[in-house]
Amino acid sequence: MEIFIGFLCAVLLTVLLVQIAKARELATAVRADHNEEYEVNKLQAGMGVVFMVLFLVACVVSFIYYAPYVLGWGVNTAASEHGPMVDSLFNTTLLVTSIVFFATQFALFWFAWQYRGRKGHKAIYWSHNDQLEMVWMIVPAVVMTFLVVQGLQAWNTIMVDEGDHDIEIEATGYQFAWEIRYPGRDNMLGTKDFRKIGGKNTLGQDWTDAKNIDDVVASDIYLPVGKKIRVRITAKDVLHNFYLPQFRVKMDAVPGMPTYFIFTPTVTTDSMRRRLSASPDWQVADKQDDTKKRYETFDYELACAELCGKGHYSMRRVIKIVSQEEYEAWLDKQEANSTYMSIVRNLTDEEKAKGKVEDPFASTTKGELLFEKLVAIKDRVNTQLKSLNDALIVAKKAKNAAEVTKIEAAIVAMQAQQRIARITNNLEEANTAEREANRIASQVMQANLTTTDNAVIDSTAVPLDSTANKIQ
Amino acid sequence: MADTTILEKDLHGAHAHGEHGHDDHDHHGDRYQSAFIDNYMFSMDHKTIAKQFLITGMFWAIIGAAMSIIFRLQLGFPGADMSWLQPLLGGWINIDPATGTGTLSQEFYYALVTMHGTIIVFFVLTAGLSGTFSNLLIPLQIGARDMASPLMNMLSYWFFFLSGLVMFISLFLNTGPFSGGWTAYPPLSELPQASDGSKAGATMWIMSLVLFVVSVLLGGINYITTVLNMRTKGMSMFRLPLTIWAFLVTAIIGLLSFPVLASGFFMVMLDRTLGTSFFLNEIYIADTALTERVGGSAILYQHLFWFLGHPEVYIIILPAMGIVSEVLATHARKPIFGYKAMVFSILAIAFLSFIVWAHHMFMTGMNPFISNIFVIFTLIIAVPSAVKVFNWIATVWGGAVRFNSAMLFSLGFVSMFISGGLTGIFLGNAAIDIQQHDTYFVVAHFHIVMGVAAFFGMYAGVYHWFPRMYGRFMNEFLGKLHFWGTMIGAYCVFGPMHYLGMAGVPRRYYSFETFNAFSEFDAMNQFITIAAIITFFFQILFVVNFFYSIYKGKKQTEMNPWEATTLEWTAPIHAGHGNWEGAIPHVHRWPYDLSRYEDREFIPQTEPLKEGEKDGGH
Repeated sequence: MEIFIGFLCAVLLTVLLVQIAKARELATAVRADHNEEYEVNKLQAGMGVVFMVLFLVACVVSFIYYAPYVLGWGVNTAASEHGPMVDSLFNTTLLVTSIVFFATQFALFWFAWQYRGRKGHKAIYWSHNDQLEMVWMIVPAVVMTFLVVQGLQAWNTIMVDEGDHDIEIEATGYQFAWEIRYPGRDNMLGTKDFRKIGGKNTLGQDWTDAKNIDDVVASDIYLPVGKKIRVRITAKDVLHNFYLPQFRVKMDAVPGMPTYFIFTPTVTTDSMRRRLSASPDWQVADKQDDTKKRYETFDYELACAELCGKGHYSMRRVIKIVSQEEYEAWLDKQEANSTYMSIVRNLTDEEKAKGKVEDPFASTTKGELLFEKLVAIKDRVNTQLKSLNDALIVAKKAKNAAEVTKIEAAIVAMQAQQRIARITNNLEEANTAEREANRIASQVMQANLTTTDNAVIDSTAVPLDSTANKIQ
Repeated sequence: MADTTILEKDLHGAHAHGEHGHDDHDHHGDRYQSAFIDNYMFSMDHKTIAKQFLITGMFWAIIGAAMSIIFRLQLGFPGADMSWLQPLLGGWINIDPATGTGTLSQEFYYALVTMHGTIIVFFVLTAGLSGTFSNLLIPLQIGARDMASPLMNMLSYWFFFLSGLVMFISLFLNTGPFSGGWTAYPPLSELPQASDGSKAGATMWIMSLVLFVVSVLLGGINYITTVLNMRTKGMSMFRLPLTIWAFLVTAIIGLLSFPVLASGFFMVMLDRTLGTSFFLNEIYIADTALTERVGGSAILYQHLFWFLGHPEVYIIILPAMGIVSEVLATHARKPIFGYKAMVFSILAIAFLSFIVWAHHMFMTGMNPFISNIFVIFTLIIAVPSAVKVFNWIATVWGGAVRFNSAMLFSLGFVSMFISGGLTGIFLGNAAIDIQQHDTYFVVAHFHIVMGVAAFFGMYAGVYHWFPRMYGRFMNEFLGKLHFWGTMIGAYCVFGPMHYLGMAGVPRRYYSFETFNAFSEFDAMNQFITIAAIITFFFQILFVVNFFYSIYKGKKQTEMNPWEATTLEWTAPIHAGHGNWEGAIPHVHRWPYDLSRYEDREFIPQTEPLKEGEKDGGH
């Protein structure tokens, strides 16, 4: 109903305006006043100047209002190493173009006002001026050269791909979501083939390629801060675009032609939340959750920026930037669910037959694959570390300062071994790490045994594991 | 030349009109045949064809703009009830059976966006702008009786009409019109599995645009031939008004770039129908691996598309620039400043337009180091563009400006061209484009610089040459209202989008709610939508004024109402086919002898140079 009334009003308004227009035209014809043209010039030229002033003021005011959203300002600061380069180039360009913008808009409307047709005023005959035209050709050329040089320096620094990245992950776009694959402990993505896509093998990973065994298609996206990350970007069906607004990352995902973008996150999700909490612009209620402030739920987001069909606008994924330790711990947890393990290796024979899943390593006994061995070693080292942590809790409870210091030192040493066990792809290295871990553990435990005499009897009676469980 | 002119006139008569001459001024076309069909439908008179292009363009402009209003409603008022649109859009409005609220279907949102782009870029700003004014002004301003081939000229319009017809029918398809964006990037545009719009809609879209390319080429060949061969005696190239230079160069650009687009479309067609794989590789869609469709490259299509696509924006803006140069000079009563610099910058822009296409592809997976060369050439375009802007401002300086609607729109054009052109400097720099590519910053940029600016050029032309077309004036009051409404409205629509773009909001999003980072701007989106509706209303006002003035507008009494120097005003008010009674006028001077002498405010091109007088502009 309101819509209909709206239409009706528009129609009536049009009719009214046409009637006024008709009347004015007749009146002008009747008056036949030559000065009327000058009056019109004055009014319109004046309106031009008023418009120009209001327009320029509106530009300034709106800029101040939206300044927090301008690249490199307020809440829109870049969270990657190359980001500030993009932002500063943007701001340099903004400065240069603003000067030109204000000067030319002013000149255009001001001259039009100043040189409006009025009684007795005649235009001058000024057809060209070579020097002047030279000036306004050369000045823009020089300014452009400056911007081009700056821009290309930044561009080539950002896009260079020297293979010195720390981690390569793979992002695959499809209608309408993303799949993110991690390379696993060998730090290499296995080969894939779109013909092999099917069932749970959503990326078409080729299991005969040993590099695939430890690859993980993760449900969350975690990335370590300060590490150079190369994203290999592909698509399954149509074009997509891997867009991380806060990191100044954007690249099309093309089926059959992997592209890349290399970036280094510099701000963890947590510290970005802290940074935003200091900004007055984000002290507003969260849209989804009224009890929270907007910055408390801040997350880095992955979006699609190339039209890919009706769900184009909904391809959201959250990206967590965390410390190296948190990242490794997260990756550690993912490893047990390596895609190969969960959709091929760990299936029963019946399930394999039913899903027509072929396991190229079927002849290898369970637990005998290099990857399985490595994971098992890592699990054992993890258990060792856990028992040390448990012992630490006990010692702390007993207020045994000397013991605490000792166990803490052992934990640090053990963590070093855990790191090796987590990332190594070499069985020798893993075995060495495990032996070392055992040695550290046995030292502490032995010391533990010698000191139990002084300890409260209860604490030894309770198995370490169950203590830990209670505390968890 | 005098002899050839007469010869040409006679040949012309023989071809187009049999025994019939052109000399009685109040007749249209041939006497002895059905008047309506020959005069208004299959007319070969360039003036009638121009009107056909203009009115068809206006029809499409209304449809294209109305579509934008519908998708702006979705963006400005997400979740609002749209069931009232159901009578118009039918199944494209999904009604929630529980609450009765109607929502716009996502598929149709993208179809609207696609159709809006296609219609405005091709049907309105290419055919409606260049088609109208090239047809109207080329013969009249160079002193020719008609185009080199009036038949081809007529065919050009009818191919455009046919193209529009196919597109219009596609709007009513069961699976909807094409919805893969006006750029029609494969594989989305090639795979029916990927989207409903890529079914019959895409086929018809491509058919329509192939017909359109035929229309552009028929027109373009004609424009070039006419300008090069049929100028009247004395009309040297450097005595051509800037409009003609702009139309000539536009036609050359079109002739060189549209066939490349057509070849790209043919390949899409082959991929769609015959199972070739020009643009397809390693695709898994709808639970099937397209194992036979390998070896193509989606990027190849983008090269072919943008090899037209970029020149296309100059095909759109150059005629507007030409019109504005002419209107500014005439109504500032001053020669256009730096005529030759203007000509050379048109040529420079045209040349550069062919070697910058890949700046649309910085982030599409093209080898990033190729981008270097495209950044350099792209930012070089700023130089001739800057020269043009400064020259327009210098034209106003020292003038005695008449503020009529045509002049206001010309001034508005310069303002828009500055605003939109400057943001191009951001986007042309690949490093900034990483962040700004495919965001609302781009939407703001191209809408202002080639959408609104080109429309302003077109409006300036319509207001200025309306008497030449219909022998009446458009209403000035409504014209000025139209100008101010559009000027303020357009800035209100597209100005705020720069901030959306800076905040990183991507274009072509059905809803911003899914993302925290993009959902901060509800109020702004509402503002934009309201501004768009109001601006749309002012365009309807223009349409009303246009048709009202055809029948009821103030009558033109003098042959040269603007006291202009160019040839089109030397022809009778209601000129028949052939334009001039008697001999074609000869030209003796450049077109910008305005306020040259104390006692002469303007000297028509037809007036011989005085003893010892040098031709202007040198």
